[in-house]
Amino acid sequence: MNEVLITLIVELEDRPGQLLKVLEPISKMGGNIVGIVHQRGKKTPLNRLPVEISFKIDSKKLEKLIGSLRSSGILVRSVNEVKLTATTSVLLIGHLIHTDISDTIQSIDIDGEAECVEMHVNMPEISGPSTAIVSISAAGNEKLKEALEKLREICRRKKITMIEPVNEDLV
Amino acid sequence: MIRIAIVGFGTVGQGFAELLERKKEEIRKKIGEFKVVAIADSKSSISGEFSIDEAIKIKRIEGRLRDDRKADELIDEVDFDILAEATHTRLDGGNGLNYIKKALKKGSHVITSNKGPLVSEFKGLMNLAERNSVKLMYEATVGGAMPTIKLIKRYLAFCEIESVRGILNGTCNYILSRMEEEGLPYEQILNEAQELGIAEADPTYDVEGVDAAAKLIIIANTIGVDAKFEDVERVGIRKITPEAFKVAKEKGYTIRLIAEVSKETLRVSPRLVPLSHPLAIKGTMNAAMFKTDTAGNIFVAGRGAGKEETASAMLSDLYDIYVSN
Ligand SMILES: NC(=O)c1ccc[n+]([C@@H]2O[C@H](COP(=O)([O-])OP(=O)(O)OC[C@H]3O[C@@H](n4cnc5c(N)ncnc54)[C@H](OP(=O)(O)O)[C@@H]3O)[C@@H](O)[C@H]2O)c1
Repeated sequence: MNEVLITLIVELEDRPGQLLKVLEPISKMGGNIVGIVHQRGKKTPLNRLPVEISFKIDSKKLEKLIGSLRSSGILVRSVNEVKLTATTSVLLIGHLIHTDISDTIQSIDIDGEAECVEMHVNMPEISGPSTAIVSISAAGNEKLKEALEKLREICRRKKITMIEPVNEDLV
Repeated sequence: MIRIAIVGFGTVGQGFAELLERKKEEIRKKIGEFKVVAIADSKSSISGEFSIDEAIKIKRIEGRLRDDRKADELIDEVDFDILAEATHTRLDGGNGLNYIKKALKKGSHVITSNKGPLVSEFKGLMNLAERNSVKLMYEATVGGAMPTIKLIKRYLAFCEIESVRGILNGTCNYILSRMEEEGLPYEQILNEAQELGIAEADPTYDVEGVDAAAKLIIIANTIGVDAKFEDVERVGIRKITPEAFKVAKEKGYTIRLIAEVSKETLRVSPRLVPLSHPLAIKGTMNAAMFKTDTAGNIFVAGRGAGKEETASAMLSDLYDIYVSN
């Protein structure tokens, strides 16, 4: 399965239950909602509310989903695939397992726009410090910086040494 | 006639004196006539009639100089045009700070290899020099023989320097590059470095990034970032494991202690450096990458310490005072 991150902007009538008409089909097709942004102040001339929904879905199912949204009367303004184009690696040294490495890694997940895409842990002995190299991908450098900042914070708290890359523009 | 006083007569002070002696013909041709008129260490001094060779010989044999007069009085009482200051580094400035202030107030130029005074009072000292219409030169405080300060002030004078990232401590770089090569633990390589005289018996100052942070402060102030030592976010190299190099290598990286200054950053910390990056330098070398608006990236490297290397940086300052201006 090739999962993609999508941002969908729809225009909804301003009355209860409208959002559900969009969310339900997404869930039914196995999509995973990661964020919803109402643009309350930005009503369209036809008095509709633009809403931005981010979700992950199998790329093969996307076309069908959009089709069924449209045929149910939803006004789809735009559909965009978010590409995690910026990638970097960081090294973590410390008691990674005791301090819950998966919690550490999850801290960088920003609405699906930054995530850990690969991890390699090296644990020489149970009681000693372990080392992990973690690859992070994000939708652009800004998101990547944001993700690194979050990781830095949690590492400080958990007393993990975080070794960041020196690369020019992180990409 | 340029009259030079040397205060601090250990490795660097003696190295500078020796270099003046060895290169005297070229110095005369390129700069002018000069004479070392006084030398002081922590407890004694020599002035009046003496030769450089004689002073070095006495110092080596007796561990002190000819006269009892202390550095303090010497600076007050002897006339000189340049003070070459090479006393111990103390981050609060220490005695070196007083010597430099005295000399500047007297209207003498100062060439120093000592980070302490600049780390503690960079702005104050620069203002003092300016008020007295003299120069305070400090190429030797950062990167040894590697051109850094005058590169910024002269060659990059019209560039905005967006960031500087450098390897400013040869001891750490030696330890890390040996760990990379041998896959051995930190302690073992540290012992090796101590046996080779590359690391001190108490390596804290180097391995905790204190030395690199002090140099970073000097660079920061030179490029116009008003920063103090306490502002540096500092992480040393003690916690780095051999496995760290192993997993880093799989992704094409090695690890180096990098000092970095930019508008948002002021830190000394171990960083992943791509194996093909110029900063992935080995051994006791120092290196620095300057990111500028108009000149792109500039990279320099060189020996970061050593008697002759440091002395050569001081000599380049002497040239700058008299010739470049
Ligand atoms: N070595 C290098 O490669 C290198 C490179 C760059 C910068 N530096 C810096 O250059 C400076 C000198 O380094 P070094 O390696 O030459 O050190 P060193 O061999 O320990 O020499 C220090 C000298 O300073 C003298 N001194 C100490 N306290 C003094 C005082 N209160 N008044 C007058 N003299 C005093 C000492 O006197 P005694 O001889 O009586 O003990 C000694 O002659 C340091 O600040 C160092 O950080 C060194």
